[in-house]
Amino acid sequence: MTDTAVESRRETRSAGPAAPPLRPQNRQFAVLAVLVLLAIPLPLILPAAQGAVAVRILIFLIMAVGWNIMSGFGGMFSFGHAAYFGLGAYTSAYLLVEHGVSPWVGMAAGMVVAAAVAMVIGYFSFRYELKGAYFALATFAFAEMLRLITTSSDAVNGAVGYQVPLIQGSSLGQMQFPAGSPAYFWIALVLAGGAVALSILFRHSAAGRYVVAIRDDELAAASVGAPVMRHKLLTVALSGAITAVAGAFYTQYYLFIDPQLAFGSSVSIEAIVTAVIGGIGTIWGPVVGAVIVGSLSDVTATLLATPPEFLSFLQGRSGLDVILYAVMLILIVRLMPKGIFGTLAEKFSERRRR
Amino acid sequence: MSVLELSGVDKSFRGLRALSDVDMAVSEGEIVGVIGPNGAGKTTLFNVICGALKPDAGSVRFAGEDVTGHKPEKIARSGMVRTFQLMRPFATMSVAENVSLAAQHHTRGAERLRGHAVEIVERVGLREWAYRPATELPTAGLKRLELARALAARPRVLLLDEVLAGLLPAEREPVLDLLAELREQDGTTLVFIEHIMAAVMRLSDRVLVLDQGAVLATGTPDEVTADPRVIEAYLGEEPTTHADA
Repeated sequence: MTDTAVESRRETRSAGPAAPPLRPQNRQFAVLAVLVLLAIPLPLILPAAQGAVAVRILIFLIMAVGWNIMSGFGGMFSFGHAAYFGLGAYTSAYLLVEHGVSPWVGMAAGMVVAAAVAMVIGYFSFRYELKGAYFALATFAFAEMLRLITTSSDAVNGAVGYQVPLIQGSSLGQMQFPAGSPAYFWIALVLAGGAVALSILFRHSAAGRYVVAIRDDELAAASVGAPVMRHKLLTVALSGAITAVAGAFYTQYYLFIDPQLAFGSSVSIEAIVTAVIGGIGTIWGPVVGAVIVGSLSDVTATLLATPPEFLSFLQGRSGLDVILYAVMLILIVRLMPKGIFGTLAEKFSERRRR
Repeated sequence: MSVLELSGVDKSFRGLRALSDVDMAVSEGEIVGVIGPNGAGKTTLFNVICGALKPDAGSVRFAGEDVTGHKPEKIARSGMVRTFQLMRPFATMSVAENVSLAAQHHTRGAERLRGHAVEIVERVGLREWAYRPATELPTAGLKRLELARALAARPRVLLLDEVLAGLLPAEREPVLDLLAELREQDGTTLVFIEHIMAAVMRLSDRVLVLDQGAVLATGTPDEVTADPRVIEAYLGEEPTTHADA
């Protein structure tokens, strides 16, 4: 090897790693576009049962993207995202059933309501400096409160909940189609794609960078001019609004909502588990997590409904999915603490830097 | 006219008087060293000036405006920026990202932000670290990052909390040169807490001595180090003026 070769290698070494792309969001948008394009024909290819799983995955995806904005980027661990999911579901169901308002408008209204409630909960939590486990408990308490209020409130049909009135044929305006129609998947795909796009935009905006800095070190961020309270409130509002979309769509897809389905703690857990398994604080973590958790929830449902001979004791029982989530969570936290996508992405970038 | 002015500042923690009746005035372009034994209230003074703590009494005026009790981010944006004695990098970001974050309240656009950040990163001598995670920096590097981040916020008054601590004597020189250059070129006003007396002597126009939360003495470096009360406060020892102190 010649001296100059050694010299030039030393020079590149001392210059440190090369500059990363100036706008990483461009590549992320490109990846998103490819994923969405690839997903479009899915409902035409998949058998009906798998088509339903695909829609379920997209609902999980929207919830996890919403949760990830607040708890991943923002580092404010929410154990109560059922509150925002439920507000989305109930606002649109209430407006549709009681006032005949289009579910699209109901969805938008649900986003506004969820964002407003998130900001109120957030304001008091931040004002009184609830952090970590205490913040998580507070969010959980608010979700439970909303569940109890809806359960005992006649104005929203109490424990019975709402049934979406059926219409003849299909209507995009009423967001209703014959059972098994691919339109549901496509709508969910647009919503989920929009949610991911929003999360990419947010992460790379000036506000998003402040939010991450505040998560890393609040006082240091404030000391270089990051407006702390305003950005925390913005984060929880955006997170709540996106999660509300999942709730509103859920209601239209399953044509039914009740307090337990809307505000139950299992909804919050699904949002958390999906994001944690995929990778907290990453753009693609919720996507990867949703594919896994969504498919799993179908596997467990099938197992419980029609178990094979040797598992016949499972027949008609419930809760298997929760057990599986728990086991997966333990494995992920133990083996891949940054989630599947987060850990792989880190390995890859480490190798590239060497 | 003073750019920074404190009058009658009091701050107690559960009955412990951390600052009592502190008066202080810093002129534009001045370099003021703050010294005092451990626990004298130096960092508390910075916390009160920058809004991290609210004083129990007294006022802080910056550029003629009363900023007492303002939020840290508001004070930082108005041009008074501090560094931390215990380094507080944004752990998930690269060095350049740390720095550009501090610049984004006055600079827009990805190219300009990065250009600005890289320029400052080079100025503090961290060029080869620019795109590495901040957490990989050694102590000396983290100290420089603190300085770089504060500079990126475009300070009119820069408050430095022991930027030299933990640095080897050879590592201190370029930092001292940079600080002197900041005043000469940028006209930045500097207030710095420092234990290394050689640096205080070399850089300061004026020195403020804190002891048990109160201003013990203020004056030129020579006046202050000759003051018997100051010598007393340092446990009867004459503050050493050697570079390896």
